[in-house]
Amino acid sequence: MGMALVRRLMATNPRGIRDDELSEVGLKRRLEQTWAQPTGWLGWLMVDDHKIVGRRYIVTTFIFLILGGLAAVAMRLQLARPDSLLIGPDLYDQLFTMHGSTMMFLFAVPVMEAFAIYLVPLMVGTRNIAFPRLNAFSYWIYVAGGILLWTAFAFNTGADNGWFSYVPLAGPEFAPGKRADIWAQMITFTELSALAVSIEIICTVFKQRAPGMTLDRIPLFVWAMVVTSFIVLFAMPAVMLSSTMLILDRLVGTHFFNPAEGGDTLLWQHLFWFFGHPEVYTIFIPATGMVSAIIATFARRPVFGYLALVLALISIGILSFGLWVHHMFVTGLPRLGESFFTASSMMIAIPSGVQIFCWIATLWGRPLRFATPLLFVLGFIVNFVLGGLTGVMVASVPLDTQVHDTYFVVAHFHYVLVGGAVFPLLAAVYYWFPKITGRMLSETIGSWNFWLAFIGFNVAFFPMHILGLWGMPRRVYTYPAELGWGPLNLVSSAGALVFAASFAVLLLNVFQSFRRGAVAGDNPWGAGTLEWATSSPPPPYNFALQPVVNNREPLWAERDSMPVVTGLRVDRRELVGTSVTYAEAETREVAPDPSIWPFLAAVATTIMLVGSIFTPWAVVWGTPPIAVTLIGWFWRKGEKEDLD
Amino acid sequence: MTTRPSKWLAFVPAALLPFLTGCGGSQSVLNPQGLQAERLAQLFWLFTGVCGAVWILVLIAMMIAIFRKPRKGYRPVDPLVVDAQGERRTAIVVGSLVTLTALMLIAFTFLSYVATRGLAAPNEALNIEITGYQWWWNVKYDNPNPSQVFDTANEIHVPVDRPVSIDLKAADVIHSFWVPNLTGKQDLIPGQDNIVSFTARHVGRYRGQCAEFCGWQHAHMAFLVIVESAGDFEAWRNGQLRVARAAAGEESKDREILHGKDIFNTRGCALCHTIRGTNAGGRMGPDLTHLASRSTLAAGTLPNTQHDLIAWIADPQAIKPGNKMPKVPLDGSELDALGAYLRMLE
Repeated sequence: MGMALVRRLMATNPRGIRDDELSEVGLKRRLEQTWAQPTGWLGWLMVDDHKIVGRRYIVTTFIFLILGGLAAVAMRLQLARPDSLLIGPDLYDQLFTMHGSTMMFLFAVPVMEAFAIYLVPLMVGTRNIAFPRLNAFSYWIYVAGGILLWTAFAFNTGADNGWFSYVPLAGPEFAPGKRADIWAQMITFTELSALAVSIEIICTVFKQRAPGMTLDRIPLFVWAMVVTSFIVLFAMPAVMLSSTMLILDRLVGTHFFNPAEGGDTLLWQHLFWFFGHPEVYTIFIPATGMVSAIIATFARRPVFGYLALVLALISIGILSFGLWVHHMFVTGLPRLGESFFTASSMMIAIPSGVQIFCWIATLWGRPLRFATPLLFVLGFIVNFVLGGLTGVMVASVPLDTQVHDTYFVVAHFHYVLVGGAVFPLLAAVYYWFPKITGRMLSETIGSWNFWLAFIGFNVAFFPMHILGLWGMPRRVYTYPAELGWGPLNLVSSAGALVFAASFAVLLLNVFQSFRRGAVAGDNPWGAGTLEWATSSPPPPYNFALQPVVNNREPLWAERDSMPVVTGLRVDRRELVGTSVTYAEAETREVAPDPSIWPFLAAVATTIMLVGSIFTPWAVVWGTPPIAVTLIGWFWRKGEKEDLD
Repeated sequence: MTTRPSKWLAFVPAALLPFLTGCGGSQSVLNPQGLQAERLAQLFWLFTGVCGAVWILVLIAMMIAIFRKPRKGYRPVDPLVVDAQGERRTAIVVGSLVTLTALMLIAFTFLSYVATRGLAAPNEALNIEITGYQWWWNVKYDNPNPSQVFDTANEIHVPVDRPVSIDLKAADVIHSFWVPNLTGKQDLIPGQDNIVSFTARHVGRYRGQCAEFCGWQHAHMAFLVIVESAGDFEAWRNGQLRVARAAAGEESKDREILHGKDIFNTRGCALCHTIRGTNAGGRMGPDLTHLASRSTLAAGTLPNTQHDLIAWIADPQAIKPGNKMPKVPLDGSELDALGAYLRMLE
């Protein structure tokens, strides 16, 4: 991919002001104007810069993390003693449902997408995410779903059937009121936004990579997000379908899940877990991308086994669709079929093993600086390997018949999700905070944060393995003293408080460093990927001149000056469109301007979706306003967008 | 009950042993008292041993990786310069480890498959049908001869060393039948018939509990499996087959008991509960024909004592909020009479 070709492609449109006609200062001033985000309260609703939307997403997901975490703390207080009367069954059921639903739908999946929205365009060297208006829309829809769920909880209408919402317990006969409907509609909101973000990320990575960033030069975090986005595209429709069927059963009187009328109870479980298991990997795979990025930087070498790691990500993505039955081993499915799912569940440990071995090989014998991001990554390896191995145990049909739906499984998936995804996420917070804010987080508070989190997490969750083996089932609001579960539950609750304290320390660090932290500079960790090639925080246009990539770690390869693309117009929002495989410059893409229509479309969609909890007619009267907002959104701009 | 030592124990770090085997005996996976649970426990210790060893090896490898001193003369100048020969060696090591992982997983899959086959129901088993309700268990002892069929609730008597096959049905939502000391769990699903089977190896009382979330009182949906000798089991079965003592005219001597029976039949109790041989024939709640012979009340929520029985009837919603038994307004003497009547149903 020669520079000459880039120039030739870029030089075909003589109109407008081009970047090579301006001085460096003039260029930045001009880009500043062109890519400026609208101000004022109306402008605040119009913003479509991926960094601002990403920041909003990150902050919002952490608010939901705190809410979900407080629900968990409340549960641990109730379970700290046997026969406790602190919280009754009604509130307890709402708490564990809110905890699970919030953590899965409003925190874990969105927070990974949030980091991707912020980082992927920077990492691939482009100026904004593909479909920035859809991105803004997805954020508002996501917020609406979260507010719906938590407002309902505040008014004692919180969902109370678990984050899995099994029928018939969540069906019309056994779940009167609107609790289950609100839960099911929250699913529609969050899945809608997840689907939108997935499409944006796939298009950004496939069509907007910096020229020269061939498939084998894509950073591993970006690969992870591509795989995740494809998982979302294939998995989420299953849960949107099943939650819609649930709403229909409840509101319109269909009988999808009613065995008395020819429906099938297990159909829900198949559909839910066909989504639910891949969902776990939409949380874990981005986390592995974060780990790969951080390990490469701290080991100061390219990750060992790049190709193996990419293939591991893709095979985890594919295998994740063949595991759902291992959530249903005790529902009475044919034993031979179940054994097939044991084999497929075990198989996923192979790519996971490849990842762990490659990371350890990358770190092997390198001089390391034990800064907080690396501490969290090492903590991740300790916790995740344990969770993965208990995963091998629950994948075995006979063992699962004993530990299924017990605290052993609670321990297992918290080791995988918290140990395997939240620890890397915290590493990512410490690692990318300087890029996002321009300031370093405090290392002193950081190590306190890590050790409190590591110790608190293990004290809270390790005893749960034993409690499960001693017969303690999940989702019980209390337990009798004579079973002897009291002491370990008390230990677990104490650990949970320490773990919660570690997040208070994180917040303290964030607030303090945001104002007074050391100024970071462009590349404080000496990393090799493109997000560190621009200033911290990056300007609205990301790169004054879009980079050209000749290496997997461009900043390590081109330490003196990075090759760049020239010839783009700067009087409108132009960026380079490239080919899927070799990232050859193909088009000049004009990114859309900010608009109020995505926000209005989100409001109209919210009204229709919330209305349809109460009457099916909402789908009829709620659709025209959505159509109007979409017409406004897609109205022709009077200018051809793609020019080649 | 003591834990039977297992040859796999040696794999477990010694520090964990007192924790893992110390207590929690009557509802514990680690204290197997049935044929199936024994096999599952052996498989569990095998998996735990191998997985524990793998975990420790990975941690050791990680520790070596991060604390190993860089080779002499190593200067981290250009991060892109890597030692090609070293990389090849590493690739061979990583490849071998992945192969070992795959072999371990194949062995695990095979062992799981073999163990699964061992869980199947044998012929010549004692047949019991259990139906899950929110939040109690109906236990029906099946027999080809209809006069030999009877119902009880929340307490399952089985003879030792005899295979038991349980048909599982659900009356409302999904429940899950689980007695960890005897075997793994199996769901009770509306519109579907499931089977679980076990062979108890030791006389004793084992607690079971619903394992699938089933609503407000999922936490209070326990039951007891009482494993007894063949003779004791037959005696118990014959006792259960009889109609209630109340039907045999035995209550007539005591005015209070008569009064209690009257309250039971006229104040709503009989709408939901059956006492065989009397007018009470409701099917919504547990069969109370031999209530006094059972050791717990409200699906393992309370011990079956006079005091707890009266407290339960006086306000079931205070003890087990949300359960289907309403609070019937009765004064103290009425409660005493009702209690006296129910206490005689041995």
